[in-house]
Amino acid sequence: MSRVLVALLFLCTLAAPAQAALTIEITRGVEAAMPIAVVPFAWEGPGAPPLDVAAVVEADLERSGQFAPLPREDMLSRPSPGKPVQFRDWRLLGIPHLVIGRVVALGGDRYAVEFQLFDVFRAKALRGLRYTVPAARLRSVAHRISDQVYEALTGIRGAFDTRIVYVVRKTGPDGKPRYTLELADADAANARPILRSREPILSPAWSPDARRLAYVSFERKRPEIFIQEIATGRRERIASFKGLNGAPAFSPDGKRLAMVLSKDGNAEIYVMDLATRKLTRITRHWAIDTEPAWAPDGASLAFVSERGGSPQVYRYYFADGRIERLTFDGKQNLRPHFSPDGRLLTCINLDDQGRYRVAVLELETGIMRVLTDTKLDESPSFAPNGSMIIYATEIRGRGVLAAVSVDGRVQQKFQVEGEGDVREPSWSPFLD
Amino acid sequence: MAKRWQIVVVLAAGVLLTACAGKGTKPEEEAGGGTAPAVEQRALPGEGATATGTGLGTGAEGEALGGGQVQEVHPLDQPGSLLAKRVIYFDFDSAQVKEEYRPVVEAHAKYLASHPSAHVVLEGHADERGTREYNMALGERRANAVKKLMVLMGADPNQIDVVSYGEERPAVLGHDESAWSKNRRVEIVYKRR
Repeated sequence: MSRVLVALLFLCTLAAPAQAALTIEITRGVEAAMPIAVVPFAWEGPGAPPLDVAAVVEADLERSGQFAPLPREDMLSRPSPGKPVQFRDWRLLGIPHLVIGRVVALGGDRYAVEFQLFDVFRAKALRGLRYTVPAARLRSVAHRISDQVYEALTGIRGAFDTRIVYVVRKTGPDGKPRYTLELADADAANARPILRSREPILSPAWSPDARRLAYVSFERKRPEIFIQEIATGRRERIASFKGLNGAPAFSPDGKRLAMVLSKDGNAEIYVMDLATRKLTRITRHWAIDTEPAWAPDGASLAFVSERGGSPQVYRYYFADGRIERLTFDGKQNLRPHFSPDGRLLTCINLDDQGRYRVAVLELETGIMRVLTDTKLDESPSFAPNGSMIIYATEIRGRGVLAAVSVDGRVQQKFQVEGEGDVREPSWSPFLD
Repeated sequence: MAKRWQIVVVLAAGVLLTACAGKGTKPEEEAGGGTAPAVEQRALPGEGATATGTGLGTGAEGEALGGGQVQEVHPLDQPGSLLAKRVIYFDFDSAQVKEEYRPVVEAHAKYLASHPSAHVVLEGHADERGTREYNMALGERRANAVKKLMVLMGADPNQIDVVSYGEERPAVLGHDESAWSKNRRVEIVYKRR
């Protein structure tokens, strides 16, 4: 009997076959996107290559909104590593940067992938690397190549080889809701459920090593906080106090979990030491305190409080227990999340017209800018390189995911195949 | 088996009548989700329906109906009564129990006070606007506001549990004020009567 239960649990939590394919569509790109050519990689091996690596790189760069890849049919030549590149061809096409590469089958599920990035006008190699991986890792290598190209040309570390987690709500054949916690690559490929439930799942949060997720599950008809190991599916109930157990957030060192509990009367922020399970109470106020977010240095927490009459973002400093108010623009500001460098804070801003939109607050100046033009945005979180913010919104009555660049110039929409609401996205840290 | 059928018919009639009685005071969710109203009375199908339709309580109590059966409508099931109302609605971003709902809260508080073994769960809900965790806290705050009032009006705090569903369980789907106003609510769900 118990063996059956264990097996069932495994079925529910372990990676099951992908069911909801996700695609990303750029809804707004940079006007002066940088032209680039990603030449199809040469293939040295039997039959067809297991993956069109160049196509993945090209799609990554295009999706960033900052690059305009040259269509393959417009290429005058298809150079590969080890042979001289005719830079004149690419200058004629007005292409300043060129990516070439090669995939070699080494036998026994080993593949060598190499790439080179060239500055066409100076006829100079900017970067080149070689990776040896099994077929299953080729897609990840392609993203790493995108990361290299992106960093060489923008000066910002790429975040293509990362993941996102989100919640999908669908209606089951019995008319009742079904919830899945799903994981996908940052390019929306490989979407797969890691938890299924008939009760709500919310607030997934990454551990800083990207190996674990904390989330809230109603599987026992009340909110409880769990931590699940992604690779094994093993999970543990972390908080199940009377009342609310919500809004988990790992500290930057991964040793503590900030959370919201109402066991002492109303919603307050606590920090749990994960080794000892000891709780430290952070806030003490009759008003709602919720949605804690760690500053990247771990020295302070941003959180939402309605102690001033409306929900606004405040900041608590561990050193002296001081609390300061951070947001003043708009009727409400909710769900803060720090940029990886700690200079910016994204949150949901409610304006006079009743619109809940993604905003960015520059902490040094206090200047807040609204980035989106939707009305019911939720759950904004930064990509680990700070370039984009992923969030949930509602378009034509349906919950969808979208992303916007920090300057507002690039916007993407994530499309999930089939019906269902998608919500509660969170972008992973870097995976290494 | 036959008894089951009777109960189903009485139940169906009761649900129908309450649905007509109050304007939207009894969302579908209650019938499906929380407590399926336990029906304790025994009656013949037709008579049960008639009794609930016309009688409303006083007449039904102890009144012998055809076949010598005793028809008792549980006070919580009396259509149109304050106790039949199980949902309290709130203003946007507010946890204040509005004046118009105080009689409902009071009726349940009095019932709890006079039935010490009765137990309720107050389910707090919010509309979809705003963020999910904030709405979890808001839903709890609404349920706590109702609990506090019930305790002031005589209920024992141990008779009342509170759970917040935030915006996760809307009573009505939709993205406008008409849907939102029905989702900002506290549902009173009897676990024991």
